[in-house]
Amino acid sequence: MGARMVPFAGFYMPIQFEGINAEHETVRKSLGVFDVSHMGEIWVRGPKALELIQRVSSNDASVLTDGKVQYACFPNDTGGIVDDFLVYRFGEESFLLVVNAANIEKDWEWINLQNEGINASLMNASDQISQLAVQGPLALKAMQKLTKEAIVEMPYYTFKKLSFAGAEDVILSTTGYTGSGGCEIYFNNNDGITIYQAVLDAGAEFGIKPIGLAARDTLRLEMGFCLYGNDINDQTSPIEAGLGWITKFSEGKDFINRDELYRQKNEGVTQKLVGFEMLDRGIPRQHYSILDHDGQHIGEVTSGTMSPSLKKPIGMGYVKTPFAKAGSTIYIEVRGKALKAEIVKLPFYKP
Amino acid sequence: MNVPQSLKYTKDHEWVRVDGDLAIVGITDFAQHELGDIVYIEVGTIGETLDQEETFGTIEAVKTVSDLFMPVGGEILEFNDELESSPDIINKDPYEKGWIIKVKMSDVSELDALLTADQYLELTGA
Repeated sequence: MGARMVPFAGFYMPIQFEGINAEHETVRKSLGVFDVSHMGEIWVRGPKALELIQRVSSNDASVLTDGKVQYACFPNDTGGIVDDFLVYRFGEESFLLVVNAANIEKDWEWINLQNEGINASLMNASDQISQLAVQGPLALKAMQKLTKEAIVEMPYYTFKKLSFAGAEDVILSTTGYTGSGGCEIYFNNNDGITIYQAVLDAGAEFGIKPIGLAARDTLRLEMGFCLYGNDINDQTSPIEAGLGWITKFSEGKDFINRDELYRQKNEGVTQKLVGFEMLDRGIPRQHYSILDHDGQHIGEVTSGTMSPSLKKPIGMGYVKTPFAKAGSTIYIEVRGKALKAEIVKLPFYKP
Repeated sequence: MNVPQSLKYTKDHEWVRVDGDLAIVGITDFAQHELGDIVYIEVGTIGETLDQEETFGTIEAVKTVSDLFMPVGGEILEFNDELESSPDIINKDPYEKGWIIKVKMSDVSELDALLTADQYLELTGA
């Protein structure tokens, strides 16, 4: 397919096919397919399944019903985040956690450690399950051709187990990392080639294209979605990262580091993750310094790019709380020069 | 890959078109392809005199930032300011409309250190 490949988290991954801007626009306007088989899948089952999830997850999985998906993170016990992930509820005693590729081993060890004394049944299925993300406004319409189950009207963050492109036990969820709608499809590795080809064939009339990791990053950044390793990590608190909405202090939910995060939520934090747009010419990049108008260091860029949809440079980064309000002027240090930027509300772009 | 015979090249994937003591400088077709969509170019050194291999500017693709190096020493007379609004010209036409700077060479003998088209092709493994 003429892809430029790079090693990533032990997989050999396509970084781009025809060009980032063209791939990005394809997902915003029609549909594209991402091979995200490198993502990790961990089953949590048995009578103690929910108890374990409530212990390790920042979010409240007790509100989930069968067929629902929830975004959450694993807080660590030192104020940071082990990983961010999705929880799928298959039944009262059956949940699937979908985690970042680079963190599979770390997450697996972490969950097992927390499972001591709880004893839920755990299975790491990452090596058996493949995943495609079919994203874009026409994605569900195109994928409907491959299954008899109605998927076009599925609400956001729900899933179905279905027969898809001739394969059984395929999981299709209306989730994704682009903001443009569509679905993520999980299946057995053995069905990979058949399903990938069927997806391309079904999408052909709508102009489907394979999309690389680079456009995946520009698409998620326009939405202000956090990328683990850039915007959140073992040191950043979910409250600082703007993930308070997935950090639920429900009655009786005693999750890891609850007390400290509760304190942060009530007393406030000293730095916050914000989005900003450049006013001067220049592109923000990860680790560039963020300055105030006196040139004092007030934070650091965690992600930055030229936005293909907005045609202007955008970024995210942590700044000291007094600078975090939308409309505030900050400066990004680009090659020794302080370039003006403005804090904006997320998302940067509404597809 | 397009590598015109009439130009000189550097191992940093830049090309030079020589016109008397004037050198017109850009990046090669190979370089623009490797970088992918070019989104930003900055040359803050107009009017300065720089040595061979000194950094005269920066070129950014969506995911990467690369320095631009002087293929030969001299005074930077002009920057192609069309690239400010449309840096993707370099992707479309790296050897003509996508030129980046014009340099008044201090020492034309520095050109001897540059690569011929055939040597450059060999370098890129084409």
